Amino acid sequence: MLDSYGTEAKERVGFFTDTSVCIGCKACEVACKEWNLVPEDGLVWTGESYDNTSELGANTWRHVAFIEQGEPEVDALRWLMSSDVCKHCTHAACLDVCPTGSLIRTEYGTVVVQEDICNGCGYCVPACPFGVIDKRHLPRQDPPALPLITKKEDGRVWKCTLCYDRLKGGHEPACAKACPTDSIQFGPLDDLRERAERRLEKLQAQNANGARLYGNDPDDGVGGFGAFFLLLDEPEVYGLPPDPVVTTRDLPGMWRTAAIATGALIAGVAAAFVGGSR
Amino acid sequence: MNLPEVVRRWPVLRQLREGDPLGLGRAARSRRSEALKPRNDAADHVVQSVCPYCAVGCGQLVYVKDGEVSHIEGDPASPISRGRLCPKGQASKSFVHSPLREFKVKYRRPYGTRWEELSLEDAMEMIAQRIIDTRAASWEEKTEEGNPANRTMAIGNLGGATLDNEENYLIKKLCVGLGIVQVENQARI
Amino acid sequence: MGSNMAENHPVGFQWVMEARERGARIFHVDPRFTRTSAMCTDWIGIRAGSDIAFLGGVVNYILEHGRWFEEYVKHYTNAPVVISEEFADTEDLDGLFSGWDPEKGKYDVSSWQYAGMEVHGAAGQREEGFQPTKGEGSGHGGHGGGLKHGEPPEEDPELQHPRCVFQLLKKHYARYTPEFVSETCGCSAEAFVEYCDAICDNSGRERTGAFCYAVGWTQHTVGVQYIRTAAIIQQLLGNMGRPGGGIMALRGHASIQGSTDIPTLYNILPGYLPMPHTEAYGDFQSYMDANTSPTGWWGNFRSYWVSLMKAYFGEHATEENDWLFKSLPRIDDDNSAYWTTLQMLDGKVKGYLIAGENPAVGNTNARAHRLGLAKLDWLVVRDLVEIESAAFWYDSPEIESGELRTDEIPTEIFFLPAAAHTEKDGSFTNTQRLLQWHWQATEPKGDARSDLWFYFHLGRLIKQKLAESEEPRDDLIKALRWEYPTHSQIQEPNAESVLQEVNGWEIETGEFLDGYPKLKDDGSTVCGCWIYCGCFTEGINQTARKKAHWEQESYVAPEWAWSWPANRRLLYNRASADPAGKPWSERKRYVWWDEAEGKWTGLDVPDFKEDKEPGYVPPDDAKAEEAIAGDHPFIMQADGRSWLFVPQGLEDGPMPTHYEPHESPFDNPLYSQRANPRRQQFERPENPYNPVANEPGAEIYPYVATTYRLTEHHTAGGMSRTVPYLSELQPAMFCEVSPELAEEVGLEHGGWATIYSTRAAIEARVLVTDRIPSIEVQGRKTHQIGLPYHWGTRGLTTGGSANDLSSIALDPNVHIQEVKAFSVGIKPGRRPRGEALPAFVEQMRNRAR
Repeated sequence: MLDSYGTEAKERVGFFTDTSVCIGCKACEVACKEWNLVPEDGLVWTGESYDNTSELGANTWRHVAFIEQGEPEVDALRWLMSSDVCKHCTHAACLDVCPTGSLIRTEYGTVVVQEDICNGCGYCVPACPFGVIDKRHLPRQDPPALPLITKKEDGRVWKCTLCYDRLKGGHEPACAKACPTDSIQFGPLDDLRERAERRLEKLQAQNANGARLYGNDPDDGVGGFGAFFLLLDEPEVYGLPPDPVVTTRDLPGMWRTAAIATGALIAGVAAAFVGGSR
Repeated sequence: MNLPEVVRRWPVLRQLREGDPLGLGRAARSRRSEALKPRNDAADHVVQSVCPYCAVGCGQLVYVKDGEVSHIEGDPASPISRGRLCPKGQASKSFVHSPLREFKVKYRRPYGTRWEELSLEDAMEMIAQRIIDTRAASWEEKTEEGNPANRTMAIGNLGGATLDNEENYLIKKLCVGLGIVQVENQARI
Repeated sequence: MGSNMAENHPVGFQWVMEARERGARIFHVDPRFTRTSAMCTDWIGIRAGSDIAFLGGVVNYILEHGRWFEEYVKHYTNAPVVISEEFADTEDLDGLFSGWDPEKGKYDVSSWQYAGMEVHGAAGQREEGFQPTKGEGSGHGGHGGGLKHGEPPEEDPELQHPRCVFQLLKKHYARYTPEFVSETCGCSAEAFVEYCDAICDNSGRERTGAFCYAVGWTQHTVGVQYIRTAAIIQQLLGNMGRPGGGIMALRGHASIQGSTDIPTLYNILPGYLPMPHTEAYGDFQSYMDANTSPTGWWGNFRSYWVSLMKAYFGEHATEENDWLFKSLPRIDDDNSAYWTTLQMLDGKVKGYLIAGENPAVGNTNARAHRLGLAKLDWLVVRDLVEIESAAFWYDSPEIESGELRTDEIPTEIFFLPAAAHTEKDGSFTNTQRLLQWHWQATEPKGDARSDLWFYFHLGRLIKQKLAESEEPRDDLIKALRWEYPTHSQIQEPNAESVLQEVNGWEIETGEFLDGYPKLKDDGSTVCGCWIYCGCFTEGINQTARKKAHWEQESYVAPEWAWSWPANRRLLYNRASADPAGKPWSERKRYVWWDEAEGKWTGLDVPDFKEDKEPGYVPPDDAKAEEAIAGDHPFIMQADGRSWLFVPQGLEDGPMPTHYEPHESPFDNPLYSQRANPRRQQFERPENPYNPVANEPGAEIYPYVATTYRLTEHHTAGGMSRTVPYLSELQPAMFCEVSPELAEEVGLEHGGWATIYSTRAAIEARVLVTDRIPSIEVQGRKTHQIGLPYHWGTRGLTTGGSANDLSSIALDPNVHIQEVKAFSVGIKPGRRPRGEALPAFVEQMRNRAR
């Protein structure tokens, strides 16, 4: 798909979120909202440690998870923090199922919902293996005229764009720029993967601490993430699927079946016409 | 929109022409996406500022469009913050544009049960007069022991740690001139 | 310690993370396992309010195991100095130092002096104790007068004299063993020893270690002594004045440092010059004598002071009228914020102006403050939003309970909308003493104005109204120089013109001064704050320098903004070189003596007279900085050394001692003197105290509470509970409790709890977490309760104010409140509503009687 951009194509970029230095400050959540004008998502105290955002959604494109581990008298306490985001999968099911052409692969290799095209059909929502993409059930707010709230429900789907507009201006995405400790790193995906390997080696040489990469492998079920992670525990601990698979994996086969069926249908219709002319 | 443009943008033609038969890349790109630019690029001007929250003093870049702050982000030039901001600093634009911000003077008369309107000019005039009157009524030239006092103990001023140095300077200077000694700020609180 | 840096200074914490990644060992010693603890290599949980026991244990460990940096200690600190024969330690007097006057509740500090020193002033003044800088003798200005020349009269370079500071220190801390630390603080002795080893291993010639603290250390009735204990450790280990060393105060407001340097504080004038005092000084000459140290940089006090008076009063301040000293207002010992609150309650304070502060939520015993506001004649509140301090008369817990009735509150209130930082020019001074200019981006809207505008025009109006007055009391305000150019439609004063006055100029030439050594005591120079002199030199606003760090050669980045004094980034940096002027090590080189050039040089502006040789010995008649020897880096002190033992400047002892918090469930394991004897207490109906330790009724308030901030909010909430994106991240007041405590009182995770003291009760959501573990102290299981203090009744997210629970009990040196450790009770469920709320508080209070 990147090929379709010809000379316009850019090096594929993404995020490497290194949770071993995440301090859980949530600057990424706010930076994202400030830049992308994502609406406030309700004042709900959850009691889930310091996480009152709970999950990624239409109004939360960065989400910091907080996981408290260990008992003080038994072993050392651990408080895992990790900033989750759309994975910008190499094989993105949301993209495959979008009937309107709203979801596209950009020239940077990222996956973006085009808000001027999306009609809110919602096919992409169940397609995402991570539950990232989500419909917005809030009054529609059309930037830049932010204060003018129309009564109509938005209804479209929203998610991280990897700050498509900022990329076009040569700026790094808002969350990566804000991140105080460089837990969120932005760059060409190949560089990030290399950097991540080195980081993992270093951590493993020190004291492993459960460090592992998640989503860096191009051979995994989604062809690798454009936004991958260094975690300090099993992905499930962070609420991430251990072995995500692109939900449209069987699509090519389905296309064949559909083609045969379509062929039969056309033949049938043609036969009917032929018959009718008799 | 002229007709050829409509035809040119017709999805099937674009998919074929742009080598994107599945229509998941360039061919599917909308007009908005094609024209997308970061809004900072459209700013009328940018000023270098400093975060108003804690005392780390992170550098901020304030983008202005049509006389309004359109965005605030970290100033990469700062050796302190290197362009980074915490959630509060990052929320500075929303702070400046808080839905709860007040832009009118509010006045509550003694024993009053509601706010009333008051012009800024009248408010300034009334506050100046209150200070003069309270000060005159409570002036202490000497203490009970007969030591010099030169002060009023009936007026206090609280605040300063969120203000600029220049503002603090004027507050202290004015209070010394007026004999107001109860001048305090968050440094003690 | 005493800081939750990752949460409250996240961007500053990037450097700590970088250090960790380079292999630094980072300890977090704190009652709670916070986001900071999670990032550190080690966390040691201790009881809130027990830090001096912990740090004193470190001092003892260093001395016991010979881990001190000998050459540094012998040359740069007052370890060798012999102390007066009259001095007696807390170890001799069961928790009191010599000089305690039980009637006055104060110390006479004359017995704490260096042996052989002539005590300042004659018999008449003895009565006041040896307090030449009364009022601000403590806190900021205690620089030590009295020395005839730079050298103390009696010293033992071998540190063996039984009354030398080194030996006194040893004796004072001898009982602070690892076992004592463990019993008192509730941590394990092994973890403590590991900490001691680590800090010692990372000090010396090749390495340095640093402390970072914040209000977790200061907000105690022994707050100043907390920091003093860390100072002793850093001196013994040779970590002061060196790169990577020091004690970093992490301050919490954009210009809280600036508002201390250019104070909006009662007891000082700009540059830490003491305010005249009603009793202490008498005439001008006595004030000068008392504040001018014969030796050290405070020897030039008169120049700083006269230049300030010229800035304030221009041609009206002359040599003949003693620069208007006679007309200046006088302070008492304590006219601090809390004292003012109590005066309000007594009906003595009639008018109050609040600018950018929210005492109805942020002050300890916030309830007392709200009751005080309700007794004023008039109140001015300046803020961006209508904060609790402006709305208390119709929206507060007291209105809800019926204790206050709107139509019975006499206070006339003016709410004036303020301008944001983007709507005005000005400078903030950050936590590293760096003055950074911020430029105006947009015009303020409607009636919103900067505080510069407000105070300038207020002063202008008052001066106008009093211009014809013949009352003597109006002489000073008439004499006040109050001319600043204005611009724009709203007549905004020019902030740079104010900064120019702060910097100062020579009157004859009108040239801006380039530093405080240029200040004169004859009235020929103007300077609004001597330590800021040089911030506007050569017509250039130095604070507005924004040269990117990548364009600067040195990591010190001297061309970004301007730091006081003299753009020096690291204070007392002469200590980064050995007595002979050579760097202690190549690795840690910073400032050193260049033999060939005959001057001090290095990566920073040397904090030493540029051409003073390391071997310089002052002649007997030397004055001011000339009296400081070439191997004494601490040039603001009269003896040029750092003080392990503080002979003057502190109200509550020359060496820190472990005292229990004012409201603590425990007795002092060391002495029958339970808490700091000199702490300020104000027991009255609005500010009752919980029974403590073994007193009857203490069991009603058995838990240790500590207050703090969250990353997502700022102080009393005026700048964060009003912002949607921040409010949604922490949308409710909650309390943090351990699973054991939850079990003990039946608290349910996610449910509600009512937390109460003898003063108030609030409610909060319950967060049960292992991160605030119950610990064993003095053989007793102890539970701690964590309380963020951001909430109030206004804003997008509202909730109970933790500060309603805490009391007004203060540190005697700086009058700061104790909110980091106090006692409370807790029970499940929401708090009683309406009238039932005060009834409940009363009921618990009666039960505790």
